[in-house]
Amino acid sequence: MSAEFNLQQSKILCVKCGEYLKTGSVTLEYLGNNFPVELYKCPQCGLVFIPENLATGKMQQVEKMLEDK
Amino acid sequence: MEQEILHERERKCIQENAPGCTAECPVHVDIRGMIAEIRKKSYSAGFLIFQKKVPFPGIISRICNEPCRNACKRVEIDEPVSIRALERFCLDKNTGIIQPNFLPQLKDKKIAIIGAGLSGLTAALDLAKKGYRVTIFEASDRMGGGIHDIPHSELPAEIIAKDFSVFNGLQVGFKYNATISNRSSEAFSLDRICTEYDAVYLGVGCKDVNANDFGLTLDANGKIVIDPLTLATSHPKVFAGGTLRRGSEHHSPIVSISDGRIAAISIDRLCQSASLSANREREGPYTSSLYTNITEIPAQSVTYMADPVSGFTEEEALREAGRCLLCECLECVKKCEYLAHYGSYPKRYVREIYNNLSIVMGIRHSNQMINSCSLCGLCGELCPNELDMAEVCLEARQIMVKKGKMPPSTHEFALRDMHFSNSDQFILNRHQPGYKSSKAVFFPGCQLAGSAPHYIKKIYEFLCKKIEGGVGLMLGCCGAPADWAGQEALTSTTMQSIRQNLRDLDSIRLITACPSCFRIFNHYLPDIHIEMIWTLFDQLGIPDNSGSGISPHTLAVHDSCATRYETRLHKSVRNIVIRLGHKIEELPRTREKTICCGYGGLMIFANREVAHKEINRRISESTADYVSYCAMCRDNFASRGKRVYHLLDLLFGNDIQHLADKEAPGYSQRQENRARLKRSLLREIWGETMDEMQQKIKLIIPGETRQIMEDRMILDNDIIQVIVHAESTGNKMQDTANNHFLAYHKPANVTYWVEYTPQNNGFLIHNTYCHRINIVK
Repeated sequence: MSAEFNLQQSKILCVKCGEYLKTGSVTLEYLGNNFPVELYKCPQCGLVFIPENLATGKMQQVEKMLEDK
Repeated sequence: MEQEILHERERKCIQENAPGCTAECPVHVDIRGMIAEIRKKSYSAGFLIFQKKVPFPGIISRICNEPCRNACKRVEIDEPVSIRALERFCLDKNTGIIQPNFLPQLKDKKIAIIGAGLSGLTAALDLAKKGYRVTIFEASDRMGGGIHDIPHSELPAEIIAKDFSVFNGLQVGFKYNATISNRSSEAFSLDRICTEYDAVYLGVGCKDVNANDFGLTLDANGKIVIDPLTLATSHPKVFAGGTLRRGSEHHSPIVSISDGRIAAISIDRLCQSASLSANREREGPYTSSLYTNITEIPAQSVTYMADPVSGFTEEEALREAGRCLLCECLECVKKCEYLAHYGSYPKRYVREIYNNLSIVMGIRHSNQMINSCSLCGLCGELCPNELDMAEVCLEARQIMVKKGKMPPSTHEFALRDMHFSNSDQFILNRHQPGYKSSKAVFFPGCQLAGSAPHYIKKIYEFLCKKIEGGVGLMLGCCGAPADWAGQEALTSTTMQSIRQNLRDLDSIRLITACPSCFRIFNHYLPDIHIEMIWTLFDQLGIPDNSGSGISPHTLAVHDSCATRYETRLHKSVRNIVIRLGHKIEELPRTREKTICCGYGGLMIFANREVAHKEINRRISESTADYVSYCAMCRDNFASRGKRVYHLLDLLFGNDIQHLADKEAPGYSQRQENRARLKRSLLREIWGETMDEMQQKIKLIIPGETRQIMEDRMILDNDIIQVIVHAESTGNKMQDTANNHFLAYHKPANVTYWVEYTPQNNGFLIHNTYCHRINIVK
């Protein structure tokens, strides 16, 4: 799974830290399965951004697949 | 699911059973398959299907006595299809090269065939193809036996010669002018052949034959005793069939071929020391149990040949092939979008479901199929053998839940909605004011309360007026979503609390306004007297001044699938509609044959596509406005643009409200309607006040966002929780391209995302989405 944008830096700002989100390694988990992915996150506090097309696209497919496993 | 139950269910679905013609054909030619090929103008393919079962296609396509036609469904409408003529047409049109026989390795077993008629030749051919060393003993000097008595015009010699050329490539020995019997004068005695050969087939016909000559046991009529299943005689090595078995009065070329084939199978089994009789019931003709509905098939006269000697022309053949009904059942599939959606039929589905439940490691591909059934029971009603997929799918769901294999996302939203309805937000259990007991209890149902809360007080007041001894009121959800989701434990606890509520109100009579509640209560509370308001209204009279607001017109009644077999209720509903001055149009699928609106079985949550197909089909069955007595049916039809009333609209509504066009409330609105209903009833009937519902946060939701929320099943409250979380913790992001804030929160199993902008003491919601995968960081 990978985020749609591959820019090093996004236009998304972490309000708390005042930092722009950058791509970094994030661990996602569902039904006991872990998978590391590259996503935008705040370099300081780690707040993660999941874009809509990822949530409603690939992530939904993976959810379904794992639910049927 | 036990394997035995699986087999019983598979047996009930007769879709795969052979059509009547094929079952009745002694060699079971796939006539339907052949005719389907003719319709596609694939005549060579049609011929291959015919030839697969018939060793001498030229002969049979001219002289077959067609027992198949007696079983043709067309007999019940007009005349049977001219099957033999179509077989001949395929043969004449065949351009394919007949594949030479594959020569198997010769076995060391020797078989004697006595008589070169159609049965003997068939036995010889079948056995030779299996590698047996076959020798044919024939009393005359040629192959064919009795077929040479048929006039040349009917069966030309060249056709016979072509069919028999099939022996050219095979190592079959022929001994002509060899009469076999046990009379000492004969050169070849049967006893001697029996010692020299491993098995013998006796197919000598009945012309100039004395049954006494073979030394076999005879019956009281002097005929050789032959087992009809295996064609075995009293001699363990000797089998007999053909016209010898049936007598010349029952002469049938195709039965002779069938006998030859049955004998060949017996001989093969004998040589392999296998059981002669096991699993052979369907080798000869039998009566098919395939059901084919012919109620809407118009009569169409049989096609006559312009020139009977030449057979059908292409045009004639195509017309006659067009008369074939291509018999199949599919009674349920034709009437159910869910069953049609998965492209097969219940026999296959029950097997798929069984396999799905048996998987230990791997992907369970049928989960969604299991969860998409509306559990409405129409298939069971239509099936000639009452195979009910609702029973199969519900049982499968219960097993999945017990094993922890139910996909968590499928029913969670519906069960959360049920949880809301059984929370303090909605639940209520009261005696009528001024009473200490309740003669009856009114349970309006959570979906009517969510969809049309304003009617509930009117119904309650009417019931209080009409029923003496006090009418209690119970608000809550009946547990149908839990039942549909296969959640037996949750269904059971829900039912226990309803039972406790009834005990608290000291009543054993429950009146509901929702067909699903009615079904659930009837099923789980058999000792409680359950009624629907409609039978009561019909019996007690409709509320005063009701019905005057909607001008009379023609309405198509949609019966609820939950009350499929409630004939009294169906009648009451129609009585009320007529009493209100309207005319009734009956839909094609009505009363016990009604169909689900897409909500039943939580279909719409498991498979929105199928639910929409089901709804779209239902609403296109008539152009008349519909009337439904279930809030969910009404709202589902309305959501797809159908003009539809709830029966309560007809009683209490007014034309100026445009109720048939009323949009269904969304998920959030339904919950809010329930919560407000409880508060207003408490205030107006019992004079009690609850804390007013306080919106912690004001949301501004544009129409487009609202639609997204409905599609993604995101409630106002989910959004509020995200914003409260973001604003209180500061954990939020901002898209500097448009300055929208972005935040997420996971209150339970789902992570909700909201894109928003603070506006006028509230929040403007631009977008929202959700996922179940967790962010671990």
